[in-house]
Amino acid sequence: MRRTLSLLVENEPGALSRIAGLFSARGYNIESLTVAPTEDESLSRMTIVTRGSEEIIEQITKQLNKLIDVVRLLDLTEGRHIERELLLLKVRAQGADREEIKRLVDIFRGRIIDVDEETYTIELTGPGDKLDAFVDALPAAEIYEVVRSGVSGIARGDRALRL
Amino acid sequence: MELTGAQIVVQSLKDEGVDIVFGYPGGAALHIYDALYNQEGVRHILVRHEQGATHAADGYARATGKTGVVLVTSGPGVTNTITGIATAYMDSIPMVILTAQVPTSLIGDDAFQEVDTVGITRPCVKHNFLVRDVKDLALTIKKAFFIASSGRPGPVVVDIPKDVTAETTRYQYPKDVRIRSYAPGRKGHSKQISRAAKLLLSGKRPIIYTGGGIILSGATGVLAAVVEALGYPCTNTLMGLGGLPADHPRFLGMLGMHGTYEANMAMHGCDVMLAVGARFDDRVTGDLKKFSPNAQVIHVDIDPASIGKNVRVEVPIVGDAKVVLEQLLDAITKSKAPRDEESLSRWWAQIDEWRSRDSLGYVNSDEVIKPQFVIQKLHEVTQGEAFVTSDVGQHQMWAAQYYGFGGPRRWINSGGLGTMGFGLPSAIGVQLAYPEATVACVTGEASVMMCIQELSTCKQYDLPIKIVNLNNRYMGMVRQWQEFFYDRRYSHSYMDSLPDFVELATSFGHVGVRVEKPADVEGALREAVAAKENLFFLDFLTDQTENVYPMIAAGAGHNEMELKPSADGSAPAERELA
Repeated sequence: MRRTLSLLVENEPGALSRIAGLFSARGYNIESLTVAPTEDESLSRMTIVTRGSEEIIEQITKQLNKLIDVVRLLDLTEGRHIERELLLLKVRAQGADREEIKRLVDIFRGRIIDVDEETYTIELTGPGDKLDAFVDALPAAEIYEVVRSGVSGIARGDRALRL
Repeated sequence: MELTGAQIVVQSLKDEGVDIVFGYPGGAALHIYDALYNQEGVRHILVRHEQGATHAADGYARATGKTGVVLVTSGPGVTNTITGIATAYMDSIPMVILTAQVPTSLIGDDAFQEVDTVGITRPCVKHNFLVRDVKDLALTIKKAFFIASSGRPGPVVVDIPKDVTAETTRYQYPKDVRIRSYAPGRKGHSKQISRAAKLLLSGKRPIIYTGGGIILSGATGVLAAVVEALGYPCTNTLMGLGGLPADHPRFLGMLGMHGTYEANMAMHGCDVMLAVGARFDDRVTGDLKKFSPNAQVIHVDIDPASIGKNVRVEVPIVGDAKVVLEQLLDAITKSKAPRDEESLSRWWAQIDEWRSRDSLGYVNSDEVIKPQFVIQKLHEVTQGEAFVTSDVGQHQMWAAQYYGFGGPRRWINSGGLGTMGFGLPSAIGVQLAYPEATVACVTGEASVMMCIQELSTCKQYDLPIKIVNLNNRYMGMVRQWQEFFYDRRYSHSYMDSLPDFVELATSFGHVGVRVEKPADVEGALREAVAAKENLFFLDFLTDQTENVYPMIAAGAGHNEMELKPSADGSAPAERELA
């Protein structure tokens, strides 16, 4: 079962290592983890994508809540929510490929953000499967570099994770 | 009041009500040690190795219920405390460990005696802090004591760089502290309490299974009241011994790997289980797939993460063991639900039949000292009122099985981590907390060697500890497993080149006595216990081949116990090991 957990944590040095350490010490899975400060400078917002049985997910949320640095935790997967990920990708774009790749970027509503004679650098946001589909659509041999941010998530409607 | 960081450390301890600190000085801690010089209020006990400091503080905490305090220097001072911190963490013991650190300007430079204390302790603490500004020092210490002693207790490390202890600031110790992400509740949810009471009263084959949480929360009185109100059988974990007096008619003894036959069979056969302050540890449950197959479980624990971790729970109740048991007692007393008295009396008849197997029976000898006999005599000589600390192995199990604890906080042992070397230093903490009490350290010749240097600390502070060394010249528990599961290949479990413990004790300034005959056991114990001034090191040469029974082999269920050695002396059937 894939779960997306959203956390507010104390913006302290060491908070990230406590959370990462918990996952490795107890053998839990991290598919992706993103973290950045929030509008309240004492807090960071973290999105963790993990996998496990119902019992494991329950343990993960309980163990996370036990950490003194974890202020709030919400399992986004329990309700309607939105997930987005940012992809930065560098691809060889020469000759006829140049037009073809540009069309593909338009179809996926991405943007070409840097160009030289040989390459395009592309920016694309969306749910993870859309990014997968875009990467799959490109000729694999031509891709120089793929940078993905990991998932950020937020609940739909008036459900919010705040103090 | 303007104070240096070092003075703030000492003053904060005083304002926190700390009377005793276990520690060892070193470079980064020198300002703090200077502030300890010539002051009254905080007594510093100088150990001989930092591991000893942590176990001593731990023993002090287990015996008194107060938070144990440790003070060490940076680097190796810290790394030597790790075993002791992990020991306290596994058994949920409140402890604050103040560690000195290299100056902030040097942190990260691989400075002399530098170690990443926050990083290296992180997996075995409840929480830890690095104090970078002297203005945060008093508040951080306050938080550390609050976190260590509330909710599910545990060790908290406060790492203090040397320059922070030199800087000055206005000092005021906070009266109380709020942490927005940490507010452990004590009361159980009322709806869950009534569900639990209903389920409990419907039991035909009920059992109450309790652990260290009863001791930590001071719930022994109300546990006895609940047991008596219900008339149900009760078993304790290793950590929970003393939770119900050993001679209570409803007590079935300890459960688990070396628990009694009646406790384990009742666990296996029960239909309703009330688990309080226990965490379904693997040494308790045996094979989870075979664990209490027909039980509906009510689990009371202050730590939500302990509930449902290993075993499916019907009624989870998060709260303090004492408070929740009081709520439950109230609900049970008020309930008019009819009980199935006929089934209950059949259940007790079954339990009595199991009891009659006398699973702790052993064959005594006139020739060679049986370890069980020494523990029984220790109970007799101390009238069951001693504080008993232990190390880890066979002697620990025999002390747990045969001493018979009448009350809480008398049985001091490393249950979760299983730390050899714990017994002697923890006895130091207990004896300092209760100078007049009899403190016995039940140990073995392998375990006691692991922190033997603390005999020197015992001399310095005149601690009349009674060391009961069950000396079988083997790492007994290792040897037992090798006998059962490795076809008697005793790989490195023989204790060669042992010291002469009598001379060793004497050279530290104590009294050493060797006891080789069963007839001399009682006299030696009486002499030692009567001596209020001296530490006695009683070196009992015990039966080398004695094993701990009964036993559930790893991978077996509660109903698959090995009760006694078979008639031809052969080991139990080979089993797959966990």
